Amino acid sequence: MCSGGSTTCERLKCVKRPMVREQARRGRRTRLCSYCFPTTLPRPSSGIRAAWPGPASPLPPRRGLQCRHCFRGERPRLPQSRGASPSGRRGGGRRRLAAGLPAAGRGETLRSSAGGSRQESGQPRGASARAGERRGHGGARHGAAADGGAGRRPGPDAAVLRVGPRRDAAVRDALRPERDQDIYMETLRKLFNESHGIFVGLQRCEEERAARARNAQLVQVSKNYRSVIRACMEDMHQAAISARDSALHSQYSIQVSILSAMELIWNLCEILFVEAAPAGPLLLRLLDWVQLHICDVDNMVREVLGSENPSKHKLFWNVVDIFVLQGRMDEARHLLSKEAIANPTSMNMYKILDDLMKKMPVPSLGNTQTLTEMELKWQHWHEECQRYLQDGTFASNSHMESICKILLGDENAILEKKELMTTWYHFLVTRLLYSHPTVKPMELRFYAQSSMDMFLGEESNPEPLDTILMAAFEFELHQVIKECSVALSNWWFVAHLTDLLDHCKLLQSHNLYFGSNMREFLLLEYASGLFSHHSLWQLGVDYFDHCPEYGRVYLELHIERIPLNTEQKALKVLRICEQRQMHEQVRSICKIMAMKALRNNRLGSALSWSIRAKDAAFATLISDRFLKDYCERGYFSDLDLIDNLGPSMLLSDRLTFLGKYREFHRLYGEKRFSEAARLLLMLMTAHIAPCSFWMTLLTDALPLLEQKEVIFSAEQTYELMRCLEDLTARKLDKQKFQDDDVETMKVEMLRLALARNLARVIVKEGTLEGS
Amino acid sequence: MEEVCARFVSQKISKARWRPLPAAALQPPDLFATGSWDNEDNRISIWSVGDVGSAGLNGEYQGEPQLLCDIRHNGDVMDMQTLSASHRWENAHYHADQYTACGGAACTGVICNNPEIVTVGEDGRINLYRADQKDAVRTIDNADSSTLHAVTFLRTTEILTVNSIGQLKIWDFRQQRNEPAQIFSLTGDRVPLHCVDRHPNQQHIVATGGQDGMLSIWDIRQGTMPVSLLNAHEAEMWEVHFHPSNPDHLFTCSEDGSLWHWDTSTDVSEKPSFLHQGGRSTAYFSHSTINQSVVSAWLSNDPTKDRMEITNLIPNQTLSVNTLDVLGPCLVYGTDAEAIYVNRQLFA
Repeated sequence: MCSGGSTTCERLKCVKRPMVREQARRGRRTRLCSYCFPTTLPRPSSGIRAAWPGPASPLPPRRGLQCRHCFRGERPRLPQSRGASPSGRRGGGRRRLAAGLPAAGRGETLRSSAGGSRQESGQPRGASARAGERRGHGGARHGAAADGGAGRRPGPDAAVLRVGPRRDAAVRDALRPERDQDIYMETLRKLFNESHGIFVGLQRCEEERAARARNAQLVQVSKNYRSVIRACMEDMHQAAISARDSALHSQYSIQVSILSAMELIWNLCEILFVEAAPAGPLLLRLLDWVQLHICDVDNMVREVLGSENPSKHKLFWNVVDIFVLQGRMDEARHLLSKEAIANPTSMNMYKILDDLMKKMPVPSLGNTQTLTEMELKWQHWHEECQRYLQDGTFASNSHMESICKILLGDENAILEKKELMTTWYHFLVTRLLYSHPTVKPMELRFYAQSSMDMFLGEESNPEPLDTILMAAFEFELHQVIKECSVALSNWWFVAHLTDLLDHCKLLQSHNLYFGSNMREFLLLEYASGLFSHHSLWQLGVDYFDHCPEYGRVYLELHIERIPLNTEQKALKVLRICEQRQMHEQVRSICKIMAMKALRNNRLGSALSWSIRAKDAAFATLISDRFLKDYCERGYFSDLDLIDNLGPSMLLSDRLTFLGKYREFHRLYGEKRFSEAARLLLMLMTAHIAPCSFWMTLLTDALPLLEQKEVIFSAEQTYELMRCLEDLTARKLDKQKFQDDDVETMKVEMLRLALARNLARVIVKEGTLEGS
Repeated sequence: MEEVCARFVSQKISKARWRPLPAAALQPPDLFATGSWDNEDNRISIWSVGDVGSAGLNGEYQGEPQLLCDIRHNGDVMDMQTLSASHRWENAHYHADQYTACGGAACTGVICNNPEIVTVGEDGRINLYRADQKDAVRTIDNADSSTLHAVTFLRTTEILTVNSIGQLKIWDFRQQRNEPAQIFSLTGDRVPLHCVDRHPNQQHIVATGGQDGMLSIWDIRQGTMPVSLLNAHEAEMWEVHFHPSNPDHLFTCSEDGSLWHWDTSTDVSEKPSFLHQGGRSTAYFSHSTINQSVVSAWLSNDPTKDRMEITNLIPNQTLSVNTLDVLGPCLVYGTDAEAIYVNRQLFA
């Protein structure tokens, strides 16, 4: 990751991108990937201003539309309700989600139970009484805010309330094939495609690895996912900048903030669940997390450093404070040294503060020191700070005094800098940094809860993002997933996160009372959504493949509904089915293609499709068409196919006949008369030829009978005669009243020819035997 | 710079083609076109991979293809070729594609040999166009009983087509009869062939790729059977290309998401070629005394002797690689994962 001081880029394993490069940043050279972090992106300041609807002041009001902590002006924010989303397109997604129905059809069991899960998630959490209390409180606050017209967005309760009455309409809408709007966004398609590769890679990686290596691998996968979100965010941001239409612009901006929120949540989940950082490193990770996502400061730093005299800039102390609050000591000291040079009189004071900041013990990532060691050092340092504060060393400078208080972990001093921290989780991390640096994962929940209460105070109710983060801090995995499903408009996030957590073996105890398990349920939902898209359906296949229980059934149902516009697409679908031994679907696809070809009068093509499907009935039908065409026109079409049928000829009797009959013609054309005659007779005596065709075959025998040379032997002639009599007898049975002149004439001619041939052959055979 | 660069383009790529270069050109190709499929509105896009454009963009997208322009295309782009008549950059398929769509049958392949353009389609029809004429010069209806999958020029007046019942046909436009001059086929199997390419120098050598991923090398001077059959990919082979200036190298891509580089030059004598100038050609200097056999490595190839070196250029790809094009040291390929990849140091 290229945040702060680290030097590698997280995006090393994923799809190769070419932009790993070096960049000089604050005097250090860092290897950066341009997709990684906003600080590394080329940020024309005008662009930021354009994307930032707030006032020119780099210190945005704490709440409101302006960014709190931004990805280039877009703060992470989750959609709240239909009413709150300006375009309403996420409202659509949410509505569907509310009813728990995917776009495409699915089983009734899942449908009803999904509705149940939705209901459950709409209720206050039973597990945490405090949360329920908070929510109730929030709802009340919301009412007040709406009355006051304060422009505050409604809390989650309000969202649920709004969605509730719409349930009927939602069900109706969802039953209609409704498109999932999200998958139609060009930029999000990149997200889907790129993450698909990561997903498949994750499923493939073998399980037997050592626990440590396995964990490192999973963290890498998680980082890859995040970097894909980042890349997508960047693309979306570019789109927002270049969008001329203001509605479009705001739509993109909203997407950027949603993606930003996704990444924020994902990152936290990565730290807490995937990596499961122990006490010590945990804090460092959380610091990284805050630094990464709260990047207002970078704009401010640039402004301050860019000014002629940084230490006289009105925001100078703000920047220093932010650095201290985020634990970026080196940078804070760097700035302070500038100030110290400007004030030689108070040099001593600066020196002491600088020394304190330098000496601050930090947990180490490796195993170089034990926790107790760290705690001891920290205690010592803490006392030193305390001493300086008490003897009034910094009394002459209020800024420095407050910094010293922050170093001591004075909650009130930190809270005074509320404006600079912008979010409660920043406050939480700062508070942990300066008062509980060796916090254990399980203790997080207490600090998180109290930090949120202290930070938000009486005035506010938590937003969906806040509740999700809080659930994460409380290690309520299922609550995180549930809240995310409710708040986000598509299944991408929850499906992939759940899958990853499942690979971390964190979800195994949890089984749903419907379907298979949560991972599979969410993957199925996501993949079903993909299948409703005209182009993304190919991705969905792999997701279904990795749903052991219902994946195949879903795939079978979905794949049959893919429109087959071209043969190439049909071939691709066919390949998918063949690889999975879905014979029924293979047959149906081939049949569709054969029917299409038949409708276009492409008999050859239709025949090859039905041969591929091994569809005997259809092959018979097409063979009949060929024969009928032959009878009408007197020549065969598509010889290149019929001549090369090979063993596939045996698919159906009629096809065999077609092939053999054509062979007869070929032999006849090649003047191999005796072979031709034998074949012709065989076609009738072995009952390969359909009875309706016997007349034609006998007529074909006529020229052979009339050849100068005797071709049919006596025995063969008798056979022919028997065939003719059989035929006429049958004819008489059927059509007693019809008298076809042509037919009778043909029969007469045949009888004549047969008699003459018989006479000749008797003579010939007699003489041969006699001689 | 990294060897391969990728770009996700939000559309499944069905074709990618380099802009042809004049034979004397020394610099690598910098422009290519892609076509998409299965989208609601499919596009043909022209991309640039030159360093010229990227320098202005803070070096940020260095080497990453830049979109220059795109046009909407009605229906899936099945195949495309480029004409560079009088240095004009023209998408020949653009008009070719629509004419053949008689009765809703898709045009599957197009090839041009300035000024002639030949298209083939699912309807088994062959059309011959001229770049300067609006209507088809010649149409062979029902040229094939099954779908024609690809076409390539053999000589000026002769074309090669492959169809979905595993036949390779030669058509001669000088003949007035609407029948192929010659039919080659794999006996029995009737495995559909999806792609065909002709050896750039030795015109009698033809490579085809089939549905089962088999690569067949044909010598059209003799016999109606392929000279060698090489079991290659696990699924449909969508495209096969000889390297235009270094025909000992062959590239194939497949539905199974792999792209293979076949190299017959390794153990046979190294041909002096512009791609191996410098250190490498001297390294093989001793070999050059071996008589340069008249028979191409592709025909003399004996599978028992391990003379062919095959490398898979894409590990871990899952979705189909639909298309590839190779020119000079550069390779471009497009996939169903909605990404295009450019490899600019193929022989590095």
